[in-house]
Amino acid sequence: MNSLNLSYLRQLEAESIEIMREVAAEFKNPVMLYSVGKDSSVMVRLAQKAFYPGSIPFPLMHVDTGYKFPEMYTFRDEFCKKIDVRLIVEKNEEWIARGCHPLKMGVDKCCSYLKTGALLQALAKHGFDAAIGGARREEEKSRAKERVFSLRDAFGQWDPKNQRPELWDTYNTKINDGESMRIFPLSNWTEKDIWEYIKLEQIPVVPIYFAREREVVEHNGILIPVSASLPGPDEMPGNTVRGKTKKITCRFRSLGCIPCTGAIASRAVTFDEIIAEVRAATKSERENRVIDLTSDSSMEQKKKEGYF
Amino acid sequence: MPTGEKSLLRFVTTGSVDDGKSTLIGRLLYETKSIYDDQYQAIEKSSKKKGLKEVELAYLLDGLAAEREQGITIDVAYRYFETAKRKFIITDSPGHVQYTKNMVTGASKADCAVILIDARNGVLTQSRRHGFLISLLQIPHLIVAVNKMDLVDYSQDVFSRIAEDYMDFSQKLDIHDIVFIPVSALKGDNVAVKSKKMPWYEGATLLHNLENLNVSADRNLVDFRFPVQYVIRPHANFRGFAGKIVSGTIAPSEEVAILPSGKTTSVKSIITYDGELKEAFAPQSVVLTLSDEVDVSRGDLIVRKKNLPAIESSLEAIICWMDDEPMTPEMSYIMKHTTRFVRASVKNIVYKIDVNTLHRQPADTFSLNDIGRVEIKLAVPIFFDPYKMNHATGRFILIDPLTNKTVAAGMIRGAERHVEDYVAGVAADDAKQKKSPHAVWRDLNITLAEREKQSGHRAVVLWFTGLSGSGKSTIAMELERRLFECGCRTAMLDGDIVRHGLCSDLGFSPADRKENIRRAGEVAKILFENGNIVLCTFISPFKEDRSIVRSLFPEGRFIEIHVDCDIEECRRRDPNGLYKKAESGLIKAFTGLSSPYEPPEKPELVIHTKNADIAGCVNALEQYLKDEFKLKIFKNG
Repeated sequence: MNSLNLSYLRQLEAESIEIMREVAAEFKNPVMLYSVGKDSSVMVRLAQKAFYPGSIPFPLMHVDTGYKFPEMYTFRDEFCKKIDVRLIVEKNEEWIARGCHPLKMGVDKCCSYLKTGALLQALAKHGFDAAIGGARREEEKSRAKERVFSLRDAFGQWDPKNQRPELWDTYNTKINDGESMRIFPLSNWTEKDIWEYIKLEQIPVVPIYFAREREVVEHNGILIPVSASLPGPDEMPGNTVRGKTKKITCRFRSLGCIPCTGAIASRAVTFDEIIAEVRAATKSERENRVIDLTSDSSMEQKKKEGYF
Repeated sequence: MPTGEKSLLRFVTTGSVDDGKSTLIGRLLYETKSIYDDQYQAIEKSSKKKGLKEVELAYLLDGLAAEREQGITIDVAYRYFETAKRKFIITDSPGHVQYTKNMVTGASKADCAVILIDARNGVLTQSRRHGFLISLLQIPHLIVAVNKMDLVDYSQDVFSRIAEDYMDFSQKLDIHDIVFIPVSALKGDNVAVKSKKMPWYEGATLLHNLENLNVSADRNLVDFRFPVQYVIRPHANFRGFAGKIVSGTIAPSEEVAILPSGKTTSVKSIITYDGELKEAFAPQSVVLTLSDEVDVSRGDLIVRKKNLPAIESSLEAIICWMDDEPMTPEMSYIMKHTTRFVRASVKNIVYKIDVNTLHRQPADTFSLNDIGRVEIKLAVPIFFDPYKMNHATGRFILIDPLTNKTVAAGMIRGAERHVEDYVAGVAADDAKQKKSPHAVWRDLNITLAEREKQSGHRAVVLWFTGLSGSGKSTIAMELERRLFECGCRTAMLDGDIVRHGLCSDLGFSPADRKENIRRAGEVAKILFENGNIVLCTFISPFKEDRSIVRSLFPEGRFIEIHVDCDIEECRRRDPNGLYKKAESGLIKAFTGLSSPYEPPEKPELVIHTKNADIAGCVNALEQYLKDEFKLKIFKNG
């Protein structure tokens, strides 16, 4: 390649940086949603690049359910401290206190309160008019229809049948009072791209993406890790050691809440091994996410209600 | 190739209903191993639920519940796959519902378009419409995939006929790279694997074409344009300007100008998180620092001092209307152009284009999916290049200030021009583009408007085309006599006469014929600019040559008259004995006999001379000039 050509990763990078700068320039009070996963790690790096040598001009916000892996909380706090960024953590305390749990009330309802509800509450509480998220079009079929700048009404709802046309890189950033914008700078990235970029840039990620021996329990065909520290009743998967637990070498391909996130059998312990595994994968990245499997249009429904 | 160095290709797929577009995309994803088992199982489940015998690959693409329920595609969807050489982004644009809006949206960022044609149906109106939109958006590469070849017995004839039909149509468009590929998406022929069923096809597969298209050459690396997105000020001693280089290249110490202030300075450094750069180019996102303390803010444009864009507050553009609410002319919309927002109103609709026939028609407003040419007035000037020269600075969107909806997409043609400006403006531009060395353009002493005011009539070019012996010169001479007697300023330019002097060095090969017509066109232009009614009589057998001449003149000032007479009658008349000479072999490449004549498709006027008398023909012409050109000079009776 000659010196005036950009590789596709650098093209994706340039596009994402352009998008973040548009957000910072056009919105009064933007925020970047930070979910601690690999996509969030990449987004933070892109934001550092977009505003270098200045610092990231918006805070990160983690909408926490309380059900995340302990390694995620540790990583989050250390990572954010190191890069000098303001981190906001929000929870739907009311519903967590009432014992909201996927097995008790169903996955859809639990997500609706602890993720969608908490997100909308937090956005309203801080008066954020723009929220940058790490969703990618490749992840899921309704996300494939998503714009880069996606308008939400006063209730945070997405209207997929009535989206603004999005032309070239000329983004329409205008909103009326009460409305807000969701922005997806990673729209055109795939899981492979994310890992290639993490490797290229040596970006730190949560260690549970790498394989090691873990104790798991099988629930509805999904390998749920056993965790002693998880809040909630004992009979719930992940909390019990009474069920048929087994020890296998595994890793997590995408991260969510413990009761709803399955591990995959894997021996990948380096970036290259993960990339090779992703390349050879016959199942999609969200195969182990219970949230997407409840019905054919479960993600679309959640997005319409305000989820990412 | 290490993955990090792969290149990127964005392409849009379009086609009519049921031409197998989803199957083709499904096939590409399948062959490149980009469909996951669980995704496949999910659509398998949906297909079964619907009672379908086979798995409907289209479900993979229809992401919304409403789409799967109704079996239609509502909105543009994006798909990703990669091969050893490239990463691909497919924009899947629905073919029927709201086709124009979606197709323009989907195609706007594409490097290449793939149009599907069903081999059984041939070139349909939709295939032409898609081609037109691709040409309008200036997508540099077009691949026409003739699909369902398995259903026409892999017939070479069927394929060749469709390719010829489409090639013929595409002559009217501004598309320079077209490839035709016979495929069967269902069976996989020529998609990723070369078909054994079509040994007659010597070209490469669709995937091979997509992998090997050279798109890096499509970028504009000449005109440096840097719209400032954001000012970075971490502390009092640093001011950097963040943005994306949308075209061109830049290096430290190069002299630049800031628009609109017009202040000049030079680039001090190009800063990135990964270190300072010695050179940066499109489409990199960087931060520039400048040598002097000049005022720069978001919306400003940084350019090279000696390579400036146009700066205008009135412009002409092609727009595509995308809102359910029709356009309100004169209403103040918000234009987003590069990183600026400017108030803009549509002052005049020049014409609307019927996307099916490509005919231009007058219009009072634009409704959803309408496309056409308009004049736009801006509250303050913007800095732009014509879209054709530079996509990034030649495009814009219009936003409704009340609803904030994106109501239109626009592509700038240039500054708004009227015929009064014509001689001074366009002529000077044209001359700049293709001039002899050392020739200096001088504006005419007396403008066309002044000349027309004095003569009392508008200048025009009447271009007579037709076979030798059809009666072009006879009719033109009689018409000129009548115009002259009414006091008009006229000039006659006859094919035979120019070939004796101006073009005596030219023969009758296609290249020489082209040059002959080019010279005639240029002379006609000078005569026109001097206020004349110019009558040109040239066989001018090739459509392309005539359309080049037409492009030299403002809209409505070039009237093409097809003098039509069958070849037998012309041969019988043979006023100069040329047919006899041609038949005896003395003249090679004689139009109508051994060289083709391409009749005009949409001439302003056709005159049939076979059984007509001269006066009748000239009367028809006179009537046309009175009625359509509004020439008021003729005496009554």
